[in-house]
Amino acid sequence: MATQPIQTELKTRPTYERFIDGEHDYTSITEIISDVVLSPRPPVAWFLAFGFGFFFVNIFLMAVTWLVLRGTGVWGNNIPVGWAWDIINFVWWIGIGHAGTLISAILLLMRQQWRNSINRFAEAMTIFAVVCAGMYPLLHTGRPWCDYWLFPYPNILGMWPQFRSPLEWDVFAVSTYFTVSLLFWFLGLVPDIASLRDKSTHPLAKWAYGIACLGWRGAARHWARYEQATMILAGVSAPLVLSVHTIVSFDFAVGIVPGWHTTIFPPYFVAGAVFAGFAMVLTFGLPIRVLYPRLKDYITDKHLDWMAKITLATGLIVFYGYILEMFYGMYSGNTYEIALVMNRLFGPYKWFYYALIFCNGIAPQALWIPSLRRHVPFLWIMSLIVGVGMWLERFVIIPMSLTRDFLPSNWGAYDPTFWDWALFLGTMGLFTFLFFLFIKFLPMINLFEMRELLHSIHSHDHATAVREGRDPGHGGHGGNGGTTRDAGMPGYEQDQAATRPLADGA
Amino acid sequence: MAVAPAMHGTIAEFDDPDALLAATIHARDAGYTHMEAYSPLPIHGLADALGFNDYRIPRFAFAGGLVGGLTGMFGLWYVSVIDYPLNVGGKPLFSWPQFIPVAYEATILFAAGMTFLACWALNGLPKVYHPVFNARNFDRASQDRFFLCIEVTDPIYDERGTAEFLAHQEGVLNVSEVEK
Repeated sequence: MATQPIQTELKTRPTYERFIDGEHDYTSITEIISDVVLSPRPPVAWFLAFGFGFFFVNIFLMAVTWLVLRGTGVWGNNIPVGWAWDIINFVWWIGIGHAGTLISAILLLMRQQWRNSINRFAEAMTIFAVVCAGMYPLLHTGRPWCDYWLFPYPNILGMWPQFRSPLEWDVFAVSTYFTVSLLFWFLGLVPDIASLRDKSTHPLAKWAYGIACLGWRGAARHWARYEQATMILAGVSAPLVLSVHTIVSFDFAVGIVPGWHTTIFPPYFVAGAVFAGFAMVLTFGLPIRVLYPRLKDYITDKHLDWMAKITLATGLIVFYGYILEMFYGMYSGNTYEIALVMNRLFGPYKWFYYALIFCNGIAPQALWIPSLRRHVPFLWIMSLIVGVGMWLERFVIIPMSLTRDFLPSNWGAYDPTFWDWALFLGTMGLFTFLFFLFIKFLPMINLFEMRELLHSIHSHDHATAVREGRDPGHGGHGGNGGTTRDAGMPGYEQDQAATRPLADGA
Repeated sequence: MAVAPAMHGTIAEFDDPDALLAATIHARDAGYTHMEAYSPLPIHGLADALGFNDYRIPRFAFAGGLVGGLTGMFGLWYVSVIDYPLNVGGKPLFSWPQFIPVAYEATILFAAGMTFLACWALNGLPKVYHPVFNARNFDRASQDRFFLCIEVTDPIYDERGTAEFLAHQEGVLNVSEVEK
């Protein structure tokens, strides 16, 4: 075998890292992932998680009803703290969504194939997180039935929204983010829904999946256009996701309140968003591996390890942001900024600040230790700590600054009420509820991308076997036409050139 | 005697993406032009082997982005200068740097929307019925099998000859006819 010309055998980008454990073929991948949806009875733990979500969805509905009946006065918002949990939770939730877009778009553009098994449910989490986030500003208007006033439309009042306000920018950023995420998610789902259409046996399921997959038949020309569209959507989602949290940070950075008016905010908010988002992916991903143990072959320990590394890296950026905030405050020479730094360190809410530094700055340093990055219970607890820490960060930024602004006569205190808690826990319930509905009705791991990953592993194994003079044992047709496989993919040419001499020498 | 059903083409089934790709290249080299390959995963080079050369989606995306960006900027100019001029501290009415975020988001929204619509429109989807769904075993085309269908409209299509050609491809599992 070694004497045959084998340059055609090369999968041009060697997959040295394996992101599928165990023995799998196209059939088993389809079987295992679609079984989660198609098995008639989900595991008991699914019902427990779903029931938990459902309970808190009802709390959520009560909190919204009471809010609408009585007005925003049921919250702890007061003067000077006109913005409190509504904006804290808005920023927290929208940040959580960012990991999904990072995984689905930015890692796709970087050709990180390890994303293939986690992108679908991370994207779903993006959409649900944006739904939860959007609730807060929409409800905080006090009259949610008038929320269409936020959008520019010709009206009999002769009025327009204030386009010079970051809050109006938020309307555009968040609604665009939601729309584009939904389109991207649906685009990715179509071929997988077609798999479910063909695998399901119940007539109703066949009908519903048949409508939802738009008649997808896997034609090669369709795939080619589909991949063009996927890459373009990824390409526009990447700058979009960076802009969303940048604009959210403008809500603060454009204001003059001490502690808000800094240029570090946009990058530090974006990093914090990815940090919180990856933590949330772990918070939900780890229990799912336990709930559906057969998926462990796809969401491997290596995935956990790498997600933990990204959490650590973004955590360090966030920590750097905290240090710079202190520096900016002291270096400004501004009485109010310095007073704010002192207030954070020694004021009435100092324990929140110290807890923040612990959760986001100190605790994640444990992730430097490789064995802890693969230790599932530890990682899960760490993901919760990060989630709490990112929430505290927003608390530190918002009420701590607002309770101590320029005039001591303006100073006040802030306490959340029962209804603040009810709405917050309610949105967590809504998120859980939607998430568990999603894993029951749609494939939570991208089927066709997993097949693609398997194909590239096979090709790589085949090429390696041929190169080393072993029998590839794969029917012998793995290499036919291999040269055309990556035709027109400029990113691969360099790799091809790099690996070909090696092959010729074999 | 019943009328024989109209034919869509002849289809070959494979269980390996590379076998499908090889067979498609052979069919192209044999002079077939009206054919389509079906697979449960995108296979690079397969569409090229079928003579696919359609790069309109990026143009639609660009056009969408352009229209979105211009709509955003001109829309805000119209609102701020023509329809509702508001003097804020003597600042210019057309304070364009503050209009960038909205124009930026509109660019992305329109580009993404056009990409999404163009992808489906150019693919001719949604389309719930297609004759290829009649093919034997075709429900596995979305799972673990790979198909190459040569259609009757092909100038050199010949019921027996085409079936024989497909049957001689490496890795083929079976060859069958597809009714319309």
